[in-house]
Amino acid sequence: MNYFPDEVVEHVFDFITSHKDRNSVSLVCKSWYKIERYSRQRVFIGNCYSITPQRLIARFPGLKSLTLKGKPHFADFNLVPHDWGGFVDPWIKALAKSRIGLEELRLKRMVVSDDSLELLSKSFPNFKSLVLVSCDGFTTDGVAAIAANCRFLRELDLQENEVEDHRGHWLSCFPESCTSLVSLNFACLKGEINLASLERLVARSPNLKSLRLNRVVPLDTLQKLLMRAPQLVDLGIGSYVDDPSSEVFSKLKAVIQLCNSIRSLSGFLEVAPCCMSAIYPICENLTFLNLSYAPGLQGNDLTKLVQHCRKLQRLWILDCIGDKGLGVVASTCKELQELRVFPSDPFDAGNAAVTEEGLVLISAGCPKLNSLLYFCHQMTNAALITVAKNCTNFIRFRLCILDPVKADPVTNQPLDEGFGAIVRSNKSLKRLSLSGLLTDQVFLYIGMYAKKLEMLSIAFAGDSNKGMLYVLNGCKKLRKLEIRDCPFGDVALLEDMGKYETMRSLWMSSCEVTLGACKILAKKMSSLNVEIINESEQLEFSLDDRLLVDKMYLYRTLVGHRKDKPEYVLLL
Amino acid sequence: MENSVAYEKATELRLGLPGIDEPAVLSSVKNNKRPLHDEKSGENGKSAQNETAPPSKAQIVGWPPVQSYRKNNFQQAKKSESECGGIYVKVSMDGAPYLRKIDLKVYKGYPELLQVLENMFKFTIGEYSEREGYKGSDYEPTYEDKDGDWMLVGDVPWEMFITSCKRLRIMKGSEARGLSCSGV
Repeated sequence: MNYFPDEVVEHVFDFITSHKDRNSVSLVCKSWYKIERYSRQRVFIGNCYSITPQRLIARFPGLKSLTLKGKPHFADFNLVPHDWGGFVDPWIKALAKSRIGLEELRLKRMVVSDDSLELLSKSFPNFKSLVLVSCDGFTTDGVAAIAANCRFLRELDLQENEVEDHRGHWLSCFPESCTSLVSLNFACLKGEINLASLERLVARSPNLKSLRLNRVVPLDTLQKLLMRAPQLVDLGIGSYVDDPSSEVFSKLKAVIQLCNSIRSLSGFLEVAPCCMSAIYPICENLTFLNLSYAPGLQGNDLTKLVQHCRKLQRLWILDCIGDKGLGVVASTCKELQELRVFPSDPFDAGNAAVTEEGLVLISAGCPKLNSLLYFCHQMTNAALITVAKNCTNFIRFRLCILDPVKADPVTNQPLDEGFGAIVRSNKSLKRLSLSGLLTDQVFLYIGMYAKKLEMLSIAFAGDSNKGMLYVLNGCKKLRKLEIRDCPFGDVALLEDMGKYETMRSLWMSSCEVTLGACKILAKKMSSLNVEIINESEQLEFSLDDRLLVDKMYLYRTLVGHRKDKPEYVLLL
Repeated sequence: MENSVAYEKATELRLGLPGIDEPAVLSSVKNNKRPLHDEKSGENGKSAQNETAPPSKAQIVGWPPVQSYRKNNFQQAKKSESECGGIYVKVSMDGAPYLRKIDLKVYKGYPELLQVLENMFKFTIGEYSEREGYKGSDYEPTYEDKDGDWMLVGDVPWEMFITSCKRLRIMKGSEARGLSCSGV
């Protein structure tokens, strides 16, 4: 390839789009590195503290699309204190100062301020796409700035963010000249919006393919919006409550029949079950259905709806569908690839909504199943072994038994054998979350069989350091390991310190790791940041190395200690 | 190494307030590796770890691993279902000097509602029949629905009624009779 001029090599590289492949390409030789970096447009940074914006900008002057992730995953469950970090501001400031023509920014678990959003909106004339997932720190004022200033905005996608709603007219801030919207998702906003503005915006957006509304958008507005945008492919319904005998409802039924491009349906944040029949005509074509935010639908309603969804590939649903309902899914949705069953009442053990039975039915009926998130009240080894026989294509397998150390209720045994069967038969498994009563044995199996595993989440499991060591030694592709409340300590942590350089991050909380061990690790491995999060009343850390550490988060980095850590984080 | 767990537990140091005999208890919520379970295990060292009482499920921080956004959403939805501000509608009576307001959510059905209206405006409503509306009185309870039409109270199921009712009007006299005769 060295005999070809650069332009030819670059043209070949154009066909290489995955981040992994492009990263590999850049490592081949100096010449390829150079060509690759000038032609690279999309960069993914899994941990915002692994590199600085300045180095990013220096290496990839042609950057157009940036994806950044901030807080560790367990921040989703309130295990990371509020102001731990993950601020996007320095990134936006640095990019704004540079010559980078940013067009797309995707953030996950980052802290975003209104000022950052405003700066973003004013600094990049070609900015097209903003996707914020599980972020916080901003208000609708920041959203208004994006609406007002990004003249060619195509995508504004706010997913599951905590946004302070100032009830401003952010929607009205889209200028009349803005006609480029392809995707608008504001389902997570809580406040009122100007319905007339929304109608006008949709009316002047002929390319609109994806629209997800928030709770305050009523059914009659929905009907008007669908009249304007029958070409929608992805619809998120806000409020879905009306009198089925009303004229508005009849109009809605009529217009829904015209929306035969809809493949993805979500929302129903407020819902009257008697209105669901209007949806049946579009169920035929759905490939993605997300009813996990629709607590107003009972098991029967869900089952009736699902019966119409023969082409479904992805289903997110609440556990009130019950085992029987899952049986209906199993017999109807033969194309199903991904299933997520969320708990409708995380703290109520009384109503055993789904159990191992539902999962077994699904595994038997849906041969294409490759991704699972399943919250249930109990699980048995026998069921898991059956699932492992039926399904060998799992890429993601996340099982959460609501009672943290529940044994197999039939045999009273730990669930080691069940999970062992899963990893043994699913050789492509990349992500695994364990729960229930588990001993070191399950980790032996994981180390032995889960050769492609990249992310592992463990809670209340294991007996000794051996458990963690099996995993660290056996899972060669491991990138993210997060552990809470397990009896893993210094011996496991320090056995193979070089391993952490091959991983993105390690989280250990409420385990048996001492301050001393963390210090040893930090001293030996300069390429790692070892953070100790200490929220107790004592602000000063006793220098006693025998102290057990409450929360430790370590990650590899090219740029050393971060400058923005809060007081309660100790960087070793 | 594992056999010394019990020993280590006795000498372990944790971040906690000084002068307390059982630091393990204090930090039990944060440091509970394993809530007690009934299963008797043959493995040594395991039972020695479980000195502290198991916290109830609600106390375990971050468990179950449901996104806090999702949890907050549900709590809100539940709250709004149960504590909803109510469905307040205006009630007017022909000839009365001022209107009243009532919360439809408070009532379980038509009989209760009609009784309340009778008490509020000091009149009597006749007997309801599907065919003839209200017989035996000069007054008829009517309501304006979401489409803006004036309907006779009592024709549709209660649940449907309270979601579609925008305001109530107690019609009197000939106008009232007109509605009941048409028997919609």
